[in-house]
Amino acid sequence: MKTMKTVLTAAITAALGVSSAQAQISDNEIRIGYLADMSGIYRDLAGPNGLEALRMAVEDFGGSINGKNIRILSADDRNSPDVASSTVRQWVERDRVDMVQGLIASSVTIAATRVINGTNTLGLVNGSAASSITNEHCTPNHIHWAYDTYPLANGTAAAVVAEGGKDWFILTADYAFGHALENDVRNVVEAAGGRIVNTVRHPLATNDFSSYILQAQASGAQVVGLANAGGDTVNSIITAGEFGLTQAGQSVAALLLFLNDVHALGAETAQGIQLVTGWYWDMDEDARAWADRFYERTNARPSMVQAGIYSSTMHYLRGVEATGSDRAADVRQWMAENPVNDMFAKGGYVREDGRMVHDMYLARVKTPAESSNAWDLYEIIRTIPGDEAFRPLSDSVCSLVNQ
Amino acid sequence: MTMIFGVPAAAFYGQLLLGLINGAFYALLSLGLAIIFGLLKIINFAHGAQYMLGAFAAWLLLNMLGINYWTALFLAPLIVGATGVLVERFLLRRIAHIDHIYGLLLTFGLALIIQGVFTNWFGVSGNRYAVPEALRGGMNLGFMFLPYYRAWVVVIALAVCFGVWFMIEKTKLGGYLRAGTENPALMQAFGINVPLLVTLTYGFGVALAAFAGVLAAPIYSVAPGMGANLLIVVFAVVVIGGMGSIMGAILTGLAMGIIEGLTKVYYPEASNTVIFLVMIFVLLFRPSGLFGKEA
Repeated sequence: MKTMKTVLTAAITAALGVSSAQAQISDNEIRIGYLADMSGIYRDLAGPNGLEALRMAVEDFGGSINGKNIRILSADDRNSPDVASSTVRQWVERDRVDMVQGLIASSVTIAATRVINGTNTLGLVNGSAASSITNEHCTPNHIHWAYDTYPLANGTAAAVVAEGGKDWFILTADYAFGHALENDVRNVVEAAGGRIVNTVRHPLATNDFSSYILQAQASGAQVVGLANAGGDTVNSIITAGEFGLTQAGQSVAALLLFLNDVHALGAETAQGIQLVTGWYWDMDEDARAWADRFYERTNARPSMVQAGIYSSTMHYLRGVEATGSDRAADVRQWMAENPVNDMFAKGGYVREDGRMVHDMYLARVKTPAESSNAWDLYEIIRTIPGDEAFRPLSDSVCSLVNQ
Repeated sequence: MTMIFGVPAAAFYGQLLLGLINGAFYALLSLGLAIIFGLLKIINFAHGAQYMLGAFAAWLLLNMLGINYWTALFLAPLIVGATGVLVERFLLRRIAHIDHIYGLLLTFGLALIIQGVFTNWFGVSGNRYAVPEALRGGMNLGFMFLPYYRAWVVVIALAVCFGVWFMIEKTKLGGYLRAGTENPALMQAFGINVPLLVTLTYGFGVALAAFAGVLAAPIYSVAPGMGANLLIVVFAVVVIGGMGSIMGAILTGLAMGIIEGLTKVYYPEASNTVIFLVMIFVLLFRPSGLFGKEA
């Protein structure tokens, strides 16, 4: 009985201890861990320049909130879910990190968000594409900010079919991401009255695409859809240009293309390609002003991922300031209750599944004549309203959504 | 329409031709590896990085100094070859007397460093190198559209491959090289400067890799990782052909390009692995490779 009493007292004391720690900055410091691919294939879309975007946000807050210092830690996830899990576990348990930022490869994000689920740490996902991150993999501990695969397939494929591109040949990267994207595109094209003539699946990191381009030419399809990413997409587009695919009347639709990819291709090679992006540095006054500051520090224009890192960090820090707490649940609640109006999004809001809903943009790559410099690459041809762009909550299987 | 194994004849010929073009790259790269292995007995793991250096050298020459493709075709291999000479003289020579596995480790480390430094400087997205003016466009062969540049690649790569073969097998310099491979001590006794021969051979092998890199620059993205993907395939080609066999490396390179090309039509998912399947079969039945001398 006595033991019972002691245990109870201890439990009550502990509970009181926890509750008194609420609405407080833990360890008298706000700690942000930046986890991203710093050296591999996704380095350019986030990487060291993404860390710079994060630093800009912290500096814009003066480096502290109400006298509590903001500290940044960073690590290279090497695109490995194992590395990501162990790093994040260490951050949460030993370094008591309050927020994890970056999160690039989808597999890394899913692993990392599993670790932070149920802790006091919040994850802000910017680099990942998979829409499953706020669907079957949703947790109360993370928010997906910049974009996902749902509007990529929806926006690009629907626009191309509407312009008369009914017959599609899809070149798919032969792994989970490629298959998912191919599937999404198939649904969109067929729903819009189009037809998939043929699909070819190539291994990840293929060296030469000429054989596939030749097959695409022989298929007679009007549109060659690229359901791959990074270097594979870049090399597919170069080879399509070399083999005169577009001159012969076929068109290329790239389903996932980042600003750094288009910059690498140049306007000469990439001109006319349609793509969907969550943000573009030259799309309005606020975006330009921030991109100019970014350019001064990095000598590059920011990708939508890097802009998302800045925007989501600012929103997070405002939440910490307003609630006086760095607990994941408190800050997330504030972030969901307050709209996002900044250089990244106008009227953006965080849904219960953790998706930050904001407008997406259908863009077309400019011709060399239209492009005034190496980063002047997109013309925004349509704004896809946020509520149309992302997967509707009625289709969600996320456990946080009340149905 | 005539069909070959379920594929229209026209498409089949097109794929054969593309396979041959890729095979020419494999031949050029495996040739350099075979030459280096022949004399130095070192498996040059930096070969992919040196191929990448060739492409970057061409890109930098054009963008920094305005030097065009045709000049770069000679200049880039010369520059990268010179770095190879330095690597041999100051690094590889120091470990030449110990187990050759250390040479492999050294070149592997070197490859990682070079790739890391270039990633840090130029990022991973790569850069575009425009096809030279004279080779833009292409011709319609009836069964496919062949860009002039690809036609040029296959012609020049084969010319260089057979030129090198001729030099090694039929000239006096090649005779020294082969003799040095057989018995370096005896060569030294005859008054031939074997260490110099070794240095120049390594430099030449590296220059061949860089030459392939310049040829590749206009058709692939010039990126720090471009050689790493290719290197493993090229190693398999050298193993299939027989380590150290010059003609073996060339012919196997072409054959593997064609086999890989056809796999891309019939079962594209396996196109990155088919060469390794061939390698396993060759190793099972002819462990010294198709053209290698029986050990």
